[in-house]
Amino acid sequence: MESKPRLLTILDIATVVLLLIATYMVFFYAPQEAVMGDVQRVFYFHVAAGWVGMLSFMGAAIAGIVYLIKKDRKWDIVGLAAVEIGIVFLFINVVTGSIWARPIWNTWWTWDPRLTTATVMLLIYLAYLMLRQGIEDPDRRARFGAVYAIIGSLSVPLTYFSARIFRTIHPIVIGSGDPNASGSFDMTPLMTRTFMFSLLTFTFIFFDLFWHRIRLGRKADQVEQLRLKTME
Amino acid sequence: MLFSLLLQEGPANTTNYMIAGYAVIFGVMLIYLISLLVRQRNLQKDLEVMEEIQGDQE
Repeated sequence: MESKPRLLTILDIATVVLLLIATYMVFFYAPQEAVMGDVQRVFYFHVAAGWVGMLSFMGAAIAGIVYLIKKDRKWDIVGLAAVEIGIVFLFINVVTGSIWARPIWNTWWTWDPRLTTATVMLLIYLAYLMLRQGIEDPDRRARFGAVYAIIGSLSVPLTYFSARIFRTIHPIVIGSGDPNASGSFDMTPLMTRTFMFSLLTFTFIFFDLFWHRIRLGRKADQVEQLRLKTME
Repeated sequence: MLFSLLLQEGPANTTNYMIAGYAVIFGVMLIYLISLLVRQRNLQKDLEVMEEIQGDQE
């Protein structure tokens, strides 16, 4: 069995410690928001999860480009790892957004540009996994996956800028948002620190999970190669 | 809804929604972690079986 790198163990420990500190900050360090109450605390990890989702999908696109240039399947493994993590965190982002919206917008869901583009992005990458399932030849699967990840990544800037370009009720906390936005708030210095720390923590979570998922992908590739060799 | 929130004196009581939000965050992350561990274990077993089969063929 492949031994776990020492650096990965250190990253695991650092990530857990950061997550514990971030959780403490969210619940005990950051003040309660004056109007929305406790549900505003969802914002810290909601945005951080969205950040991880977008980071992952951009990573998958880069891995796709490198795969198409080098034709080395390790980049396909990297791309798949990134997409899988992206889906998990974007799902968290969408669901927590919906939970926040219930008391603030008085609805679980509305077809606002930001919510719509984020959901479309999630569906695009779920389709990426389905596409891969349907292709048996590993090289063909990697090629199709790479092209799909590159094209799919167009949904990332579209989602990010949707709340800035279109009329939306989705609040923008950093920068100026639509005056129609509902649920905006001004961050106090303690809130800003908690928010920045959450972003840092989730970046660590991303790299930690990414490394683990790449190791898993390498093992899956090894098994597949052996299976194909046995079948010959 | 927001207007009624603005008209009230203190912050709205939205603690249950916060709990639900963090249950989703930690729950989904935990499920994903478990899925990684289970897949890792299964692949290790598969790898051992495949190596055994290959050893027999050789």
